[in-house]
Amino acid sequence: MPRLSLRFVPIWRRHFLVWKKVAATSILGHLADPVIYMLGLGYGLGSLLPQMEGTSYLLFLAGGTVCYSTMNSASFEALYSGFSRMHEQRTWDAILNTPVTLDDVVLAEMLWSASKSLMAGVAVLLVIWLLGLSHTPLSLWTIPLALLVGLCFASIGLIMTALAPSYDFFMYYFTLVITPMMLLCGVFFPVTQLPPVLQTASAILPLSHAVDIARPLLNDALPPHAVQHVAVLLVYTMAGFYVSLVLFRRRLSR
Amino acid sequence: MSAVISAQNLHKSYAGQEVVNGVNITINKGECYGLLGPNGAGKTTTLRLMLGLIDPDGGELKLLDHTVPRHAREARLRVGVVPQMDNLDPDFSVAENLLVYGRYFGMKDSEIEARISALLEFANLTHKKDVKISTLSGGMKRRLTLARALVNDPEIIFLDEPTTGLDPQARHLIWQRLRELTAQGKTLLLTTHFMDEAERLCHRLAILDQGRMIAEDTPRALIARHIEPQVVEVFGERVTQWAQQHAAQYAQRFEVSGETAFCYVEDAQQLLAHLRGHGELRYLHRPANLEDVFLKLTGREMRE
Repeated sequence: MPRLSLRFVPIWRRHFLVWKKVAATSILGHLADPVIYMLGLGYGLGSLLPQMEGTSYLLFLAGGTVCYSTMNSASFEALYSGFSRMHEQRTWDAILNTPVTLDDVVLAEMLWSASKSLMAGVAVLLVIWLLGLSHTPLSLWTIPLALLVGLCFASIGLIMTALAPSYDFFMYYFTLVITPMMLLCGVFFPVTQLPPVLQTASAILPLSHAVDIARPLLNDALPPHAVQHVAVLLVYTMAGFYVSLVLFRRRLSR
Repeated sequence: MSAVISAQNLHKSYAGQEVVNGVNITINKGECYGLLGPNGAGKTTTLRLMLGLIDPDGGELKLLDHTVPRHAREARLRVGVVPQMDNLDPDFSVAENLLVYGRYFGMKDSEIEARISALLEFANLTHKKDVKISTLSGGMKRRLTLARALVNDPEIIFLDEPTTGLDPQARHLIWQRLRELTAQGKTLLLTTHFMDEAERLCHRLAILDQGRMIAEDTPRALIARHIEPQVVEVFGERVTQWAQQHAAQYAQRFEVSGETAFCYVEDAQQLLAHLRGHGELRYLHRPANLEDVFLKLTGREMRE
């Protein structure tokens, strides 16, 4: 079982201090990504499309973008940056020589990756507000949602980091997991457009549950089945964290 | 004398191979203790076991009165570690490295900052306080790693090959600092490949080979017990032939390695007189040292 403690805090602060040194570029990236997607796809495709599920295509896309952008942030951080800290820079080795344990280190990785998602989520929401797509106070709920999506994809991503022999390994994950997730989970078009088999697959994937929460919120509606969706994301988070911790313990016990 | 590190009958194997095989070590407060051994002898594994970073397959371990690995965390609060490979934070300045590291010990920022200037002075890095790690030389990085290991004012410092890859100037400075630490009453446990380093610094040392401890004593006692007091190294193209014909006559023991014959003798006078008559051979007469003991006990074959 994981043995968790507050000793993750100084590790999280370490990651934050590194981030602060590149904060300007990082924030710019968080803002530019959704702007490009929403303006490009939103206006480009949106002009061809009629209303989508009762809203403009741009607003429809915004709900997906909040989720997909936060998913990406946590995934990149947990995979590439996490692997760098564990393997390339040996930051973990240095930390593990202090009174901090591996469980604290992995928890800090997960929470830091989720923090990056939180920043990405806030950035997308700002863009949505600035473009005048949504003004509802309910849209503020996408901020805690971004954190939850971050936790979920950070802990799943850490499984990959624990297994990875090198950076190349991560391409499989992005090609075989993240990209299909983006296309199957209703980010760009409604899941109902998919054949039944793929709809079933979509229902299992965590990103669908995030999108099902985010989209109604931006449209000033309470999401149906919100509790179930949150529960699914939490189960993914806990299972991912548990499995990754077991794998990290095995990997680093040599 | 009180023991601060004790390992009894320590065992660890990977994939069926015993990497640490029944090692017993007791290290007293204030001692500088060295672990010597060829590559793969189990030195680093022994250190990792003692720090509680890996679980032993058998044996009893105590570090500063704490049972390890169960209470390794509490023990590590009072221990500093200089790892074999540099793992300083490349994104941070010299001072930030110390600050961030101190936080892992639960120290307050003000507490750490109060120590930073003394640590930098100790490491001869005061003028580098705010520079990035990538601009430091290898010796500076090692010194900063040593300073980092002292951030929590530890009672014991583990050093895994502290001077590997350093030039002689940098190595001497590290040695000087390690002697200062011993003078302050700190306990040092170090692994090394350098026999002169072990001979200069260590009060006692152990030689490990294939996971077993094959000798343990003070450097002088090891030399006195295991080896003849004098060595004559004879070099030259035809040294093999010379050794076969004459070496046994003058030396208690001899070994030929490449183009060198190592002759171990109680008294070198007769051998030296003989060699003066063989102008084609060059030779070096010296007292026996730890390297001779090491090579005698662990053999001359390469370990890879």
